Formats: sequence, C-alpha cells, structure tokens
Amino acid sequence: MTSVETESGHGGADGDGVPSGRDHDGYTPSARRIERERHRRARARRATAIGALSTLVTGVVLYLVVVHAPGWPRTKETFFSARYAREAFPKVLEGLWLNVRLLLICGAAVLVLGMLIAVARTLRGPVFFPLRALAAAYTDFFRGLPLIINLMIVVLGVPALRLQGVTVDPVLLGGTALTLTYSAYVAEVFRAGIESVHPSQRAAARSLGLTNRQALRHVVLPQAVRRQVPPLLNDLVSLQKDTGLVSIGGAIDAVRAADIIVGRSLNYTPYIVAGLVFVALTIPMTRFTDWVTARMDRRRAQGGAL
Amino acid sequence: MHPAPRVPRPAIVAVTTALLALAVGCAPQPERKAADAPSGSAGGTCAPGELATRTAGKLTVATDEPAYEPWFKDDRPAGGEGYESAVAYAVAERLGYDRSAVVWQSVPFNKAFAPGEKTFDFDINQVSISDERKKAVDFSSGYYDVRQAVLALKGGKAAGATTVAQLRGLKLGAQVGTTSLDYITDVVKPERQPAVYAKNDQAKSALKNGQVDAIVVDLPTAFYITAAEVTDARIVGQFENQGGAPEQFGLVLDKGSALTSCVTDAVDALRENGTLTKIEKRWLSDAVDVPVLK
Repeated sequence: MTSVETESGHGGADGDGVPSGRDHDGYTPSARRIERERHRRARARRATAIGALSTLVTGVVLYLVVVHAPGWPRTKETFFSARYAREAFPKVLEGLWLNVRLLLICGAAVLVLGMLIAVARTLRGPVFFPLRALAAAYTDFFRGLPLIINLMIVVLGVPALRLQGVTVDPVLLGGTALTLTYSAYVAEVFRAGIESVHPSQRAAARSLGLTNRQALRHVVLPQAVRRQVPPLLNDLVSLQKDTGLVSIGGAIDAVRAADIIVGRSLNYTPYIVAGLVFVALTIPMTRFTDWVTARMDRRRAQGGAL
Repeated sequence: MHPAPRVPRPAIVAVTTALLALAVGCAPQPERKAADAPSGSAGGTCAPGELATRTAGKLTVATDEPAYEPWFKDDRPAGGEGYESAVAYAVAERLGYDRSAVVWQSVPFNKAFAPGEKTFDFDINQVSISDERKKAVDFSSGYYDVRQAVLALKGGKAAGATTVAQLRGLKLGAQVGTTSLDYITDVVKPERQPAVYAKNDQAKSALKNGQVDAIVVDLPTAFYITAAEVTDARIVGQFENQGGAPEQFGLVLDKGSALTSCVTDAVDALRENGTLTKIEKRWLSDAVDVPVLK
C-alpha cells in the first residue's frame, strides 16, 4: 500500500496529528486560516476585556455596598481595627509557633501510628484476629469520640490520676489527645488505600515467591500510599486547625492569645487576625495537595496508556 | 456562534433583591441612649415596680453557670443565699420587685460584658468595673471592693512567697478575660508564660494537679476554694490595689440602659443604709488577716 502524502503534512496513519509540527519549508497558511485565527484572537481579547470590566464593576459595587452599609463603621471598628490588629499580630504569631510545632510532631506521630493500625487491621490469618479486632475497636472508638471530649479527658482529667512518670504538661497531653483521634482517621484512610490495591497485585507478588509481608511492604503499600496522599494532606490541614483546641489546658496558642486580648479589649479584631493566620498557613497546604493530586493523575494517565 | 443560554433575568432580580433585603435586615440597631428613656408614665424616674424592664413586671437577672460559692450557694442563684444572690434580691426589692418577680438567667462571664444587645436587665457575676468594659456596657456603682489573691498548694514552690518578685519565676494561672489575669501580666510580669483557662474550675484543677504553681482569683473566691474545694491550698497573699483606686464589682447593664441610674441609686442606698455590709458579714470571710504582697 502506498500512502499519499498530503500537502499540509498530516494524514499519515501513525502521525502525531499536530499540524504545526510539520509546517516547515514553504508552508503558507491559507487566507481563510489567517482570517479564522485573527477572528479567534479578537474574540479572546474581547472576552478578556469583558471579564476584566465585569470584575472591576463587581468589585466597585461590592466596595460601595459594603462601605455604605449602615453597620459598616461599627463593623470596621469591631472586626478590622488597625490598632488591635497591630497589638494582636505579634502575640498571635508567637502563639502560632506552638500550633506549628504541634502540627509537625503530631503529624509525624499520626502518620506512623495510623499506618501501624491500618496494617494491623488488614493482616490475614486467624492468629491475628485479636490484633484486627483491637485495631477495629480503636478506629471505631476514636473516630466517634468528639475531639473536644477526648482533649478534656486527657488534658484535664489524666493529671488528676497523679500517675508516676506521666507528664502534666498541657501541650504534651493535648498533643497526645490529638494524635489519638487523628491516627484513627488516618488509619482508615490507609486501610482504604491498602484495600484499593487490586488483589491481583498481591497474587502476582505471591506467585513471584514474595512472602505475605514482602508483598505488603514492596507491592501493596507503595501503591496504596501514593493513592492516599490527597486525603492524608486533607487530614493534616484539619489537624493543623484543631491544634488550637489544646488551649483548653491553659497553653497559650494563637487562638488563646487572641482570646486574651479580646477578653480585655472587647474588640474582635484579634480573632480575625488569628483566623487569617491559620488560613494563610492552610492555603499553601491546600494548593500543594491540589498540585500533588494533579501530578499523580497525570502519571496514572500515562500508566494507563502503556 | 450561538449565544450561550442566558440566565433568566427574574433570577438575577430575585437574587439582588434577596441580597439587598439581607443587607437591610442586617443593619444594626441604634444604641439606646439613656436620654431616650420612656417618657411615659414612669417618666425616667425609678417608680417602684414600674421600670422599663425587658419583661414588664419582671426583673431579669443574669449570672454564669455554674454559680460559684461564696457568691451563690449550691449553684442556685434563685436561692437568695450567697453574697451576690442576696445583693441581687436586695437591689430588686429596692427597685420594687419582690422575690417572685425576679427571673434568673444563665449568661457566661465573658458574654455578660461583651458588646451587643443584652437579654437581661442586669448581670451580677463578679464583674470588675473598668474603663474598657464601660465602652461596651453600663455599670451600676460598685457593690463590693475586691482584692485579687494568690493561691498555692501548701508546701508548693509558691507557698512561702511574701513579695510579688518571688512569684516572678513561677508558673501562674488565671481565667481568661479577668482582672486576675491582668494582675499576673501587669503586676507580677512573670518570666514564664502564664496558663490561661476558659473557666476558673479549670484553673483550680490545674492547681490541684500541679500543672501550675499558683493561681490568681479574687479574695472571697480564694477563701472558698481553700475552705471547701482545694483544701490543701492556702492563700499566699493579696495584691495591693493598682493606682490607688479600689477594684470594684458592679452590676452590668446594657449600654445606654434606661435602668442604669435607678440600679445605681438602689446600690448606693443599700450601701448607705448598711445593707451591703450586713450581707458581706454574713456571706464573705474577713480579709483582714491575709498578708499583702509587696
């Protein structure tokens, strides 16, 4: 069979189908194509201009509505007072350092503990039944227990037992409570990931002579963990916000630092400052999650084409 | 090119109307001014039993829950026992409301003096009168001169302190939004960050459990805690008044409340005729033998 090369270059059965890839020597786009592209560029410019104008108008209208709303001066004084923002910001930042440390340490502990529980829950063999049952009971209990109750029991209640060698530091106790609750959530995420790996993968690994443990370690877990990155980061963002709850033990984190100024000044700007600081921490984490998800989707798509 | 299907205009109109309605609905209420007091029958005077209360014929009095001793006995504000309960009923009687016309309401300490419309006629909850709080609420004249005291476990690190300087290196605790916390940050200026609790109960349990070396509460509360709740704690000492003026507890009223002057008159009358002293003798311990921290 002879294939006929068309003038514009595309048409080969296994060509890449991108016309611009081949318009070398002597190709002049037709007048119709030039006209079409010019038209498209004009439409795109027009769309951008309309979009910009409409955004501007919306912005101005919103601004005018907000500024001329009857409650605006009082709202501004109550929530957006520059004076109290300046007073609160350094103290909130100082408190935030506690939240960040809690996030890093609890985050690491949660990942390790969650993984151990998930693995315990997916172990096979009758001998492991007690372990599986315990892991299931743990996740059921701590996922259902409200975090605030968990914190109050551990931070306020445990020191009353006067156990030897057990800390009374509210931050350590609060971190323990956070780890208990969040490792239950994360264990469920890991378990879902492990169970989402197709059984044929495990079967293939076993048929290659790997032991059950090796199959889990080298074949199942790597695939599971990669799939679980977005929900895991989601739980970390959630953990980051909940570190603010350790303040019930008397520790001054970003939330309580704001609370102290509000308690004295009766102005609510410090809460806004603390809230924004948390949001500012969360947004990069969220964007990072999005980026990781997108990258993994691309990779999976490539894998599917093989 | 086909035009994209348009959003029906009525929907836009409806949404805009809804937003406008919301904006108007959210418009703040003007603050009531004392001068706007009802000019009707009562005419701003404090005619007994005829004040412009929230519920006509009733006097709504608020305090926190739980209500602590020695201010209220057995967590029952309506019992008439305990210093503040007795004062509340004495004020009510003075205003022309007998016991059955007094309705109690539960309002958290922090919320009692926060800006915004109030659901009570007055609140009695050991709220110290301060200029900052006066921007948000009205106060009656003071019904009790209060001192702040330091509590520590017997034999603990803070137990032997006789000066403010000796407290500086210790871990102190107090409830958020209280003058007790202000005394820690402004007078003691501790080297270690103080522990700040949402409730006095939590500060007490932290003291009991050794999570803090000492806590700061007002003196009558300190007497009660050492006598009944944390019996292995002792009062280390009391602070001197800051800036000479005694710290006073006042009744909290809504900003610009029509009742403020009447309630103030009632409190003043009760002080002058010795009723307040009588109630204090009955319910509060004598502060005389508590050493002052220099």
